[in-house]
Amino acid sequence: MRLVGENVGGERGGERIFSRLGFTVSAGNALLVTGPNGAGKSTLLRIIAGLLVQAEGTIRLETPPTTFETLAAATHYLGHLNAMKPVLSLDENLRFWRSFNGTGRCSIDEALELVNLAVIRHLPFGYLSTGQKRRAAIARLLISDRPLWLLDEPTAGLDKTSETQFTGLMQKHLAGGGIIVAATHLPLGLAAMELSLGTSA
Amino acid sequence: MGALFIRDIRLGLRAGGGMLIGILFFLTIIAVIPFGVGPDLKLLARIGPAMLWIGALLATLLGLDRLFQVDRDDGSLDLLIMGEERHMLALTVLIKCLAHWTASVLPLVVASPLLGLFMNMEPQAIGATTLTMLVGTPAITLIGAVGAAVAVSLPRGGLLVSVIILPLTIPVLIFGVSASYGAIEDPAPFLAPFLILAAITLFFAVLGPFAAAAALKSSTD
Repeated sequence: MRLVGENVGGERGGERIFSRLGFTVSAGNALLVTGPNGAGKSTLLRIIAGLLVQAEGTIRLETPPTTFETLAAATHYLGHLNAMKPVLSLDENLRFWRSFNGTGRCSIDEALELVNLAVIRHLPFGYLSTGQKRRAAIARLLISDRPLWLLDEPTAGLDKTSETQFTGLMQKHLAGGGIIVAATHLPLGLAAMELSLGTSA
Repeated sequence: MGALFIRDIRLGLRAGGGMLIGILFFLTIIAVIPFGVGPDLKLLARIGPAMLWIGALLATLLGLDRLFQVDRDDGSLDLLIMGEERHMLALTVLIKCLAHWTASVLPLVVASPLLGLFMNMEPQAIGATTLTMLVGTPAITLIGAVGAAVAVSLPRGGLLVSVIILPLTIPVLIFGVSASYGAIEDPAPFLAPFLILAAITLFFAVLGPFAAAAALKSSTD
């Protein structure tokens, strides 16, 4: 399995923010997308996720696992927003995403243990702190299996311990043959290639 | 899909879901009418079905603009769109509409017999109006989904949604009210407008989700 982008260009509001990007990430590897604010890191991730249309070029997943037919279907997207309902409990939120996205290897109990949220699983999501909300969103990545993880500032709001734990989870995902593409300002503690988007005007 | 239905029902019933607001709004509209048209019981009974329908239509519009916007605000909409491979987006939209109808519009239908009493309506007229509303209101929700999807990325799209979809709901109103009158006034037929009403609902059950899904797909930014 390989994620290949050729000659990719992205636009925001009619303005070209990057063009002629090329990258190849094979199974078990991570790609860090870096660059200053406004360089188009989030735009690139949303293009890979299929939520935005690229201005030019192609992005494809070569030899994907047979269970996933398209790039979007093989992708977990963790954006700026956590995609959880504030009035539902953590448990209800995760159970919904698990049945919507498909059952993964990791059960909800295990996922909550891995992000240290098991004791507060009954609380409404809206009552959690910023870091706890982020960890809950990370738990969503674990409960359904997707080979490609797109992470947009995944460690925003996480404390040091959680960051280390999250690094461990990412390494486990890579060791299992997954791919990670992360837009970040901070080192994620992964051995990864770096794709530096140009300085913005 | 069942999980999505249950989640949206739960969201509708919990605090901030807006189910109670819809019923209260409906109640307010119907309670205000006798003050406006005067205490002429015969007149109230005659305009009763039409007033119930208009009240239900406006109360339905009230919560429709939030149908997709709440999902967009917390990022869920992106994931629902990305789930297209597993769950066709039009089907996801249909399930969301059904859940919205069950949580916010069905209570209006259930409350309408009581409000019919406020309008001095005959039992038969109350029964007919409730039945036509049960069959016709899903069409309003399904048409509304298209408007809600078009306006999803607008920060204050609420009023715009109503303006977009109100003209489209006029056939529902016409056939709903004429079927209700058909049940009480002798020469007017009941079955024909009632069947057309059912046909409108079925038609929009197909067209609405596809149109809304297309609008949602182009709304991401």
